[in-house]
Amino acid sequence: MNNYPAILIIAPLLGAFFAGLAVWIQERLAYPIALISLGLSTFASVNVLMAVIANGPVHYRMAGWAPPMGIEYRIDLLNAMVLVLVSSIAFLNLLASYKNVEQETHDRAASFYVAYLLFVVGLLGVVATGDLFNLYVLIEITSLTSYTLVALGDRDRGPLASLNYLFVGVIGASFYLLGVGYIYIITGSLNMVDVAGILPDLPGSSTVLVGFILCLLGVWIKMALFPLHVWLPNGYTYAPTAFSRVVAPLMTKVMVYVMIRLMITVFGLDYVFVKLHLSEAVVWLGTIAIVFGGVMALSQKNLKKMLTYIIICEIGYMVGGAWLGNELGMTGAILHIVNDALMTFALFLAVGNIVYKIKDVDYPNLSGLFGKMPWTMAGFVLAAFSIIGVPPTCGFFSKWYLILGAFEAGAYHFAAALLISSLICAVLFFKVFEICFFAPEGNGHSHDHSHGHGDQVIVMDEAPVASLVTLAIVSLALILVGVYSGTIVNTIILPFLR
Amino acid sequence: MTEIISLVVAKYNYWLYIILMMIGLYAMIAKNNLIKKLVGMNIFQTAIILFYVSTGYKTGATIPIIKNAHGGHGVEAAVIHAADYINPLPHVLMLTAIVVSVATFGVAMALCVRIYQRYQTLEEDELRMRLSEK
Repeated sequence: MNNYPAILIIAPLLGAFFAGLAVWIQERLAYPIALISLGLSTFASVNVLMAVIANGPVHYRMAGWAPPMGIEYRIDLLNAMVLVLVSSIAFLNLLASYKNVEQETHDRAASFYVAYLLFVVGLLGVVATGDLFNLYVLIEITSLTSYTLVALGDRDRGPLASLNYLFVGVIGASFYLLGVGYIYIITGSLNMVDVAGILPDLPGSSTVLVGFILCLLGVWIKMALFPLHVWLPNGYTYAPTAFSRVVAPLMTKVMVYVMIRLMITVFGLDYVFVKLHLSEAVVWLGTIAIVFGGVMALSQKNLKKMLTYIIICEIGYMVGGAWLGNELGMTGAILHIVNDALMTFALFLAVGNIVYKIKDVDYPNLSGLFGKMPWTMAGFVLAAFSIIGVPPTCGFFSKWYLILGAFEAGAYHFAAALLISSLICAVLFFKVFEICFFAPEGNGHSHDHSHGHGDQVIVMDEAPVASLVTLAIVSLALILVGVYSGTIVNTIILPFLR
Repeated sequence: MTEIISLVVAKYNYWLYIILMMIGLYAMIAKNNLIKKLVGMNIFQTAIILFYVSTGYKTGATIPIIKNAHGGHGVEAAVIHAADYINPLPHVLMLTAIVVSVATFGVAMALCVRIYQRYQTLEEDELRMRLSEK
């Protein structure tokens, strides 16, 4: 019972170990091992969330060492929620992506699962840990596995995209490490809560300021905030489908979580908003990121690449919202971590299904998809509505909080950017819908399996059932999270903020 | 002027790590060859490791192995002064950071091998030309 915080991270870690061993015995075993370990992890994270809602924050001491010396996992409402999000998305994605892995990385499926599990271990650890240096190590575990997994994708572009990602990622993680170094010099502690207790005694310390800015810069590079985003579009586009489905919704969102954790728990909102005069500049950065992401997305000709620019746009939402400096903005940013992860997951699930059938998702190839893959497209449309912000879906509610927060803070440019991005997204997705729905299939070069037969008849050719079922579950979650967003805000986010 | 010089001399370890870091960053951004970029990356990471290691140092202190800690007889079990021993924690942290940087370096080298096998070059401008041809 008390060991759930450890199980939730150790299960996939041991899973990775055994899946690695399984390669020598029977390669097919790797998949069930991965599935079971992630299932266990999801189960444990749900239990932790229940325990935290009922009894308040859970403290777990690794190997029984007391906090300032030992590493502590400190799970409160915020990270319990993000843990459930990460583990369940990782689990569902594994459920959905079996066929995609077989198709794309068939000869190295077992190694794919090992790296995938380690990636999830890193993400869960980043979310659960209460230690600044441990956070760095876990960020690097996540990053290293994502470099290798990106390289497994497109044979021409994958390794190069991965290497560029690696160079930028190393700079980001190193800046974070340097910032932690400064904090350690001045406080002599690495435990987040311990540091938070010491920092108020050091008013006006320039070492703390430099430490904070370096940490922030590192995390911004990792989350691809606008001027630091160059690695993201290629990295995510050329990654294997099964991996881009999990990295796109989770990696950047977990980094947003790290930023919010640093702001709230370590440095304290008082320091961030009252003592520093950064918030206006950062809200402007968020605004620019939103507009830039939207405009770049408009200029893309490839569905997957277009979606990667939408991620950059959404990062602008969360960073801007978190830095508005009021409760509404922060609520919107935290709620948007959940919503955006779900929406992006649904979009990439649908795109993964499309990629499974028609390899190349450049716009011209998409024609007639509504007839060919009606279920996939239904999920895609729902996720797209959520991104645009149509009311019953969850995307609307977080955007609503963000806009309210922007008005309360007087950041009208941010509110305007949010509305403009909704418009841009509407244009973007209806352009895609138009291609998929109206343009006739079979003209020109796109000869599929049914060549020779009458071109007018569109044969239904859907993705694997597991993928469709997962997409249905996530689509349902989009609406349910939207309908119950008031409950989430009242039971998790507001108690956390107060 | 003398103030600045004394400031530089007193904190020379920080100046050194910043210079090293900037050399590494320059190489990562400006160099055309991927291997040179990798070397730059390594210098960049090493600079941060040196920064950490230097923060643990104290003048006149020794390695943190406590004498007579076990079985000290009465008088010999002297009081331990923290100032007599350098701070081991940053060094231990850096063991982990070294492992991380070696792993990153390894992954990056493997990626370079893959790129070379595919394109027969590691020069960035040539790679860009090849990619735009297709």
